[in-house]
Amino acid sequence: MIAIINYGVGNLFSLKSSLAYLGLNTVVTADPAVIEAADRIILPGVGAFADAKAKLEATGLVPLIKAEAESGKPLLGICLGMQMLFDQSLEYGSHEGLGLIHGTVSPITADLQTGLKVPHMGWNALHFTRPDDPLFRYIKEGDHVYYVHSFYAKDCAADTIATSEYGVTITGAVGKGKIYGTQFHPEKSGKVGLAILSAFAEL
Amino acid sequence: MTTKRIIPCLDIRDSKVVKGTNFEGIREVCDPVELAALYSEAGADELVFYDITASFEGRKLFTDILKRVASRIFVPLTVGGGINTVEDFDRVLNAGADKVSVNSGALRNPDLIGYAAQKYGDQCVVLSMDVKRDPDGRFAVYSKGGRERTLREAVQWAREGQERGAGEIVVNSIDTDGVKRGFDLEMLRAISEAVTIPVIASGGAGCIEDFTTLFKTLPRVDAGLAASIFHFGEVSILDLKKQLRAAGIEMRL
Repeated sequence: MIAIINYGVGNLFSLKSSLAYLGLNTVVTADPAVIEAADRIILPGVGAFADAKAKLEATGLVPLIKAEAESGKPLLGICLGMQMLFDQSLEYGSHEGLGLIHGTVSPITADLQTGLKVPHMGWNALHFTRPDDPLFRYIKEGDHVYYVHSFYAKDCAADTIATSEYGVTITGAVGKGKIYGTQFHPEKSGKVGLAILSAFAEL
Repeated sequence: MTTKRIIPCLDIRDSKVVKGTNFEGIREVCDPVELAALYSEAGADELVFYDITASFEGRKLFTDILKRVASRIFVPLTVGGGINTVEDFDRVLNAGADKVSVNSGALRNPDLIGYAAQKYGDQCVVLSMDVKRDPDGRFAVYSKGGRERTLREAVQWAREGQERGAGEIVVNSIDTDGVKRGFDLEMLRAISEAVTIPVIASGGAGCIEDFTTLFKTLPRVDAGLAASIFHFGEVSILDLKKQLRAAGIEMRL
């Protein structure tokens, strides 16, 4: 059973559907007992960091999610859910993250040299920095994934497992033990995304 | 870099996919869920669903079809047709849409763009416009599925849409729609040079070369949208994307 953390942020329709399509059991929940009983956890999220973090704090689940992740239960943060795994975010101020992965979430525009459009939205090629990571066992170097974001994680080279190029090097995916995060949306990345979710379900 | 996108558009009426010529002579094609699955399999980068009768008859979108599609197909889905209020955004987003396209609703109430962008983010709001040349060459924006000429001019409307918070613009040329002699490069150039948000070209694709010409001539255009050439199998999405990549245009394959 995969517990999808429900904290009132974003639309979980596609995420639930994609996991169901793969024949995986999911539960959308904010119940600590259900999360403890689950084999793995997905932390979704869209929208603004501060708002999402406040909503997550309001559920009272933060200590539990951190404890479960640190005890080795596979955790996958997606998009803003990934950004929340980091130490801090500089999205409109400075906000503390969960601190499970070291690094900082910063605005893309601050580092972008050229006149590229932000949000970074669309399909981009994924380049492995840790090619043998089990999350990538069913996909290959250069496969495309779907991104929609205006902020990105940096100063996290030690845990970065894949990147994409968009004027700057975007942290595409991070992994530290069984704590994972994808800046892109696997649930919107076609077959490649489904293959990543399958691999996560086998960790 | 992000790839250029190929987007099949499915116009839905009474739960069926339809495609007409110059918005008239509508003919039925097939089951939207099956067709969407086929396109996704072939490499469509995104799918657009329009309820083509919604703005005319006030009909609500068939959210059950959307849910069925979104349960099987895991690429971005854009939904349009009959989007007049923020509640309409809620309705289709909860049924699995990722982006929502506004057209007549935004012409009637331009504030809709800003309200929706504030609530869901710019990336969620697509401003779609049906444009036809006046006899003097001015680009007039039409509402109600191309049935009613408005007083708006397309380049101005695109700029205003961007300022109000639209994240993308779909430009559908009524003059070239269904004619299959290529995209309306003149119209697309004028609009894509006036905005910085992604522009999606629609109307007129008849063969693979039309897409090559589009992306080579207008590098600022981010995506090509078409319906009938895909529905009737005249152009295979996979072949199209392979040839575009061979021509040096970045494609997801």
